[in-house]
Amino acid sequence: MTDIAEAPSAPALDEVIIRFAGDSGDGMQLTGDRFTNASAMFGNDLATLPEYPAEIRAPAGTMAGVSAFQVHISDHDITTPGDAADVLVAMNPAALKSDLHTLVPGGTLIVNRDTFEERNLAKAGYDHNPLDDEDLAGYSLIQVPMTSLTKEACAEFGVKPRDADRSKNFFALGLLSWMYSRPIEPTMDWIESKFAGKDLIIAANRAAFNAGHAYGETAELGSQRVIVKAAPLAPGTYTNINGNTALSWGLVAASQLSGLPLYLGSYPITPATDILHELSKHKAFGVTTFQAEDEIAAIGAAIGASYGGSLGVTTTSGPGVALKGEAMGLAISLELPLIVVDIQRGGPSTGLPTKTEAADLLMAMYGRHGESPMPIVAARTPSDCFDMAIEAARIALVHQTPVMFLSDGYLANGSEPWRLPEVDGLPTIEVRYATEFNMVDEDGNGTFWPFLRGEDGNRPIALPGTPELMHRLGGIEKEDGSGNVSYDPDNHEHMVHLRNDRIAAIPVPEAELEEGSEGDADLLVVGWGSTWGAIAGAARRVRVAGGRVDHVHLTHLNPLPANLGDLLRSYQRVLVPELNLGQLVRILRAEYLVDAQPLSKVKGQPFTAGEIQFAITEALDGPAGHKEGVTA
Amino acid sequence: MTDLLNPATDVDDGPVPETSRADWTSDQEVRWCPGCGDYSILTALQLLMPELGVRREKTVFISGIGCAARFPYYMNTYGVHTIHGRAPAVATGLAMARPDLDVWVIGGDGDMLSIGGNHLIHALRRNINLNVLLFNNQIYGLTKGQFSPTSQKGKVTKSSPVGLVARPFNPISVALGAEATFVARTHDMDRHHMQDTFRRAHEHEGAAFVEVLQNCNVFNDGVFASITKKDVREDMLIDLQHGKPILFGSEKQYGVARRPEGVVIVDVAEVGIEYVLVHDETIRNPSTAFSLSRLAKTPATPTPIGVFRAIDRGEFASSVSAQIREVQAQVGQGDLGDLLRSQPTWEV
Ligand code: SF4
Repeated sequence: MTDIAEAPSAPALDEVIIRFAGDSGDGMQLTGDRFTNASAMFGNDLATLPEYPAEIRAPAGTMAGVSAFQVHISDHDITTPGDAADVLVAMNPAALKSDLHTLVPGGTLIVNRDTFEERNLAKAGYDHNPLDDEDLAGYSLIQVPMTSLTKEACAEFGVKPRDADRSKNFFALGLLSWMYSRPIEPTMDWIESKFAGKDLIIAANRAAFNAGHAYGETAELGSQRVIVKAAPLAPGTYTNINGNTALSWGLVAASQLSGLPLYLGSYPITPATDILHELSKHKAFGVTTFQAEDEIAAIGAAIGASYGGSLGVTTTSGPGVALKGEAMGLAISLELPLIVVDIQRGGPSTGLPTKTEAADLLMAMYGRHGESPMPIVAARTPSDCFDMAIEAARIALVHQTPVMFLSDGYLANGSEPWRLPEVDGLPTIEVRYATEFNMVDEDGNGTFWPFLRGEDGNRPIALPGTPELMHRLGGIEKEDGSGNVSYDPDNHEHMVHLRNDRIAAIPVPEAELEEGSEGDADLLVVGWGSTWGAIAGAARRVRVAGGRVDHVHLTHLNPLPANLGDLLRSYQRVLVPELNLGQLVRILRAEYLVDAQPLSKVKGQPFTAGEIQFAITEALDGPAGHKEGVTA
Repeated sequence: MTDLLNPATDVDDGPVPETSRADWTSDQEVRWCPGCGDYSILTALQLLMPELGVRREKTVFISGIGCAARFPYYMNTYGVHTIHGRAPAVATGLAMARPDLDVWVIGGDGDMLSIGGNHLIHALRRNINLNVLLFNNQIYGLTKGQFSPTSQKGKVTKSSPVGLVARPFNPISVALGAEATFVARTHDMDRHHMQDTFRRAHEHEGAAFVEVLQNCNVFNDGVFASITKKDVREDMLIDLQHGKPILFGSEKQYGVARRPEGVVIVDVAEVGIEYVLVHDETIRNPSTAFSLSRLAKTPATPTPIGVFRAIDRGEFASSVSAQIREVQAQVGQGDLGDLLRSQPTWEV
């Protein structure tokens, strides 16, 4: 086999964006994932964007069934999966039709020629073969009979043609691995272990991969071969991680750091289900996972476990959060620790289950009845989900409150190289429990008041099983201190303020300007959540072009950092890009009376850096303040 | 795993101290309507608890919303008054996290069969170690008199002024349909029967379901009077006794027999005692118990009480923690550093 070491003469590119597109049944997610892993092992920086339909098997060959995986690899630090693809691999006509617009003019288009026949063309809605079109003349078109070459390669191992057809994605992977000088071993090792015991499948996938690789060698594609060198990442041990895995591991870490067993109550829902899958694997850490009968039972059980002394967590997406609203109110009233994870997706209703959106911020802030404040944290990158899970647990356990953790479909499934933290360096979480009387009753006997607070406003919980401290909790309004049911008007007002003030007083880190910011630029871009990569990338480009722009990214959305108001007010212009119609911007305007302007995108896709760059440039060129909101 | 818990929860040294009713009674003023059947259920349980050999601090009452759901406030144990319908869900999480606790779930017919019906059937299906007491008064009391999922067809209530259209749930049939491993019925007019039934429920490994016929003297007064009043009981309540022929009536002159179409009431003198069904709680197939649950169509005809079914089946929470222990025995306690390196890694 040719290895990268033997291709020193291949010209070097500093980055490339590759998009694999095919039918849902073609294994494009797997292909993209393998290419990504090989690139990660090779040392590139990278970012990925998996995009797949909500249907498990949409009708084969149709536009609705197209599944795509975009990966951006580079020899330098990057923050997004890229605006447009340099290379598009289209496994069938529908993939070509639906994804051609993602390819840069002049880009490389690789198609599986075998699929461009009458039936598949008709399913994609073509009345002729587009490969004969003038339209494609603007691209560097490479037609490869992938299906037949795969079948040929597999035949010698006795693989039936129908089974061989399933390996054609490995042909594509082999070809692309050759073109971009990817190491081969990680893929080969993976095939061996993934299909262990299924020798025929191993043989077929290996044969297909090798055939694709050899095709690049021999079919005069020599001029196409390039190398993308390793990125100069900080020294350390790296792994390629997606957001849902990082979040799951962060929850396991929080359990270890607090010494409390992790209890997950969950109900399957896209795109949060992978957290349930991941945590179900980690019984060695004492993790209990409970797949409940519905979303409400999932949070109810998590509250019950939390009351019993576990680290209670429930994971879901927007529709599930809506269902959990009343139970969150209960946890707020009971002042019990709980983490509610919302992997946001396009809404309303079923909306776009597999597509990203970040339009649940106002629901997280205000989506419960009564005055029911709840801390909110949001991750900014896939690996940041690990740190923010620990932070959510810290807030929940130290301050005895449910905490909302906002991630989204893009972070959940997207991946990036992550420098592993030193486990010993992670801060422990101190949890205090009540173990003795804290009050004296009228008769002079010791007694326990469940809502007697320390100076920090927090109440140490007495776990069931603690002798003598028996007490009752409930969602009915309670008297502060004793916890007895109380309908007294003044007490209720006191409790409403108390619940509000104690959440508002939770210490959160100050807002800090992102790298590259100067502190006195002409424009401040304020972001939260998964827009970090696109904003950071856009700000860099603007600065390279001579523009002056600063960037602050909020990880804590309730309470907001104490210095945020002053920071916002020190800028002439403030732009807030969000994957919604302007939710954070509303909060900022209401809280700080600043003329922050929204930048909205609600297409089920993340921002590209280009879109934000354009908006920044526009804003910098326009008059200060009073600008109309813009839509990407 | 309990070994990760607050050490205070592991205090279990020495014998369980002797207690009396007063020890199990909280300092809260009981706020049910005077004459409500809930009082007698509370008394029965407060008197029973000292006999069960359990610790107050290890006992937790979880409830939803409704008149019955006020119950935890009156017990000097741990307790949570949660939200409408969700008590079985909250209790499930607690029982999974803390198998050392004795967890009771209290709710009414609206709470557990309407808004929380889904949680009830799944808790029973899983067979998690809970003692579920459903106070059935066939009405919504706390919201002042709407029909409930157990109200009889034709019932006139504030929300069915010309008569209820839908048929009711039979709680025993629902529980048996969910394949609960312990299913029983008792009523608020007979303390000893309640206590015997609650004791059996408490002893049961797994989800124990008890329907308590309860009088709401404000909104549905006397709905069970024609079967539970002292002077009619002998003829109207069929007391199920394991291993004994199912007989009732002042002279035990009536019995229950199995026919192809289900169980029926027979005149013992007419058919002979050998045709009378011998009650067996332990039959795994729930169909005879189900048939018994269908014997009384309304609370105006002879109605079986007692334990319909009591079988052994793996308890849910202990099976879940057994899986965890098994994995830990195989691979040892998880190591966070190893977890972070469980995917392919590379050095820079
Ligand atoms: S309304 Fe009925 S059930 Fe409720 S407390 Fe009064 S009598 Fe009892």
